[in-house]
Amino acid sequence: MSYRRMRAVCIKELHHITRDSRSLALALLLPVLMLLLFGFALSLDVDRIPTMIYDQDQTAESRALVRQFEGSKFFEIRGMVGDYGAIERGIDRSRILMGVVIPRDYSRQLGAGREAQVQLLLDGSDSNTASIALGYAESLVRNYSLELRTLALNRRAGGHLAPPVDARLRVWYNSSLESKNYVVPGLIAVILQIIAALLTSLTIAREWEMGTMEQILSTPLRPAEMVLGKMFAYFAVGLADAGIAVLVGVFVFRVPFRGSLPLLAVSTCVFLFGALFWGIFISASARTQAAAYQMGILSSFLPAFLLSGFIYSIETMPWVIQVITYIIPARYVVTILKGIFLKGVGLSVLWGELGLLTLYALIVFVLTTRKLNQKLV
Amino acid sequence: METIIEIRSLTKRFGELTAVDHLDLTVAKGEIFGLVGPDGAGKTTTLRMLCGLMDPSEGSARVAGHDVARDSRAVKDQIGYMAQRFGLYQDLTVEENMVFYADLFGITGETRAQLTAQLLRMTRMEPFRTRPAGQLSGGMKQKLALMCTLLHRPRILFLDEPTNGVDPVSRRDFWAILYQLLKDGITIFMTTAYLDEAERCNRVGLMHKGKLIRCATPGAMKAETGSATLEGAFIQTIHAVDGATA
Repeated sequence: MSYRRMRAVCIKELHHITRDSRSLALALLLPVLMLLLFGFALSLDVDRIPTMIYDQDQTAESRALVRQFEGSKFFEIRGMVGDYGAIERGIDRSRILMGVVIPRDYSRQLGAGREAQVQLLLDGSDSNTASIALGYAESLVRNYSLELRTLALNRRAGGHLAPPVDARLRVWYNSSLESKNYVVPGLIAVILQIIAALLTSLTIAREWEMGTMEQILSTPLRPAEMVLGKMFAYFAVGLADAGIAVLVGVFVFRVPFRGSLPLLAVSTCVFLFGALFWGIFISASARTQAAAYQMGILSSFLPAFLLSGFIYSIETMPWVIQVITYIIPARYVVTILKGIFLKGVGLSVLWGELGLLTLYALIVFVLTTRKLNQKLV
Repeated sequence: METIIEIRSLTKRFGELTAVDHLDLTVAKGEIFGLVGPDGAGKTTTLRMLCGLMDPSEGSARVAGHDVARDSRAVKDQIGYMAQRFGLYQDLTVEENMVFYADLFGITGETRAQLTAQLLRMTRMEPFRTRPAGQLSGGMKQKLALMCTLLHRPRILFLDEPTNGVDPVSRRDFWAILYQLLKDGITIFMTTAYLDEAERCNRVGLMHKGKLIRCATPGAMKAETGSATLEGAFIQTIHAVDGATA
């Protein structure tokens, strides 16, 4: 290992980076664009569910239930209708997501102390939103019926009876349960993974295509020097991207930042090392820029997006997939970033993830050097 | 005379194809040796093996006293290799390319400054030192590539069709530089498709279908076949070999 040769490669790469101002601008703007796009589009909050109500009963009791729906922030009443057809058309044309039908005997059943039924019609074509909407509607109706029952019991008993169990909810770390707070830190990790792989995935394939590799191979330059030199040049860009992404997260999305900045810096660096090495590895394997680009996107974007636990929680995946997620570095960095941003936890909790990221970087570095050690043909 | 390249039964196979077939050859120090032959004869493959870029399938070669397969890094310190295709960075200036290669070979400080200045003067490239390599003419690119291979004062220079696609004036300049280098004691091993260039070599080796079919001075080759030109001598030799095997 010669520091001078490594530095020579690094300086040379920095020349390439700064001369190609269009690519550099893209590399620096891309994280902002992606963060804004995904950050706003990937809102997983389900509220103001467009709803129609068909009240067949038209009594004081049924209207009280309607008022419950009207008063909830989760539902937005798009109309009171007089038949099933209107609800059906509303769902077909995606104007509403849910229809509530209060049957004709609602108040009578209620008055008789029997179970009164309410029908909920849901657009299941978006099953995720539908099941969340169903949950809200069910709990609204259940709470309301419990309230009615307690009220009736109290009236009969003449005293005051508290509901049997009263859950007092307190959500930690993201108390407002806003999805952006957990989407954005994960998104930063995913974006860095993609950018890092894209930055470096072309760097060696380009040398093969341009014929500059053969000339370099005739010098005493060692593979490790080449890999490290290239990595550090792109590391500068990656670190700038990370800084931009964190600033956008904190100042544009107002995601709380509760943890330690140095820990964030260290974990980002370690993660970038691994991700940049991975890009170089792909580049060394592909030999053409087009193939390297595709492999870079596929191998970074898809796993980081789907298997990192950034949106889809790993705990609910089939166990085979869960096992696979252990080799996805984004998984660890998503945990680290969420931990630092939202929970404010430190090294005592995140050391395992950080250790695994370090291990990953080392393994990919060794693989890349091996790959480059091969001679022509 | 001191032997500087020693090739024994050097062979390279790519699957079914034998690109270089049991090649035996020695080159003396200070010699300019030209490898000629039709396209696909195995010239470039031979050169790449001698520079340690490719491992032989069979046989061995010693270059400047080191085995090319086992000790390729030691070989690389002693040689300069100029690939057929321009192998420098188009977006880097002449000077940046030279500094990069000087760093790779560990040439720094005062030595680098002197050597760079001297090479730029010799190639008359001084006015273009800040020009990006991509904006140089074909002839100037060749000179730049040559300079980058000379920065570490190699003992042997391997040139793969160095003047391919270069205009006649630049070719003459290029040869003037090569003669200067020979005077300083460097050994040159080149492949060429131009027979007037082969004519300038001390000895030429004629390769055909992976085999070295003839190796002699240009004069001896012409005399043997009774041809007036080297071209005629080559064609006759190749036909004789093809006729014998057919």
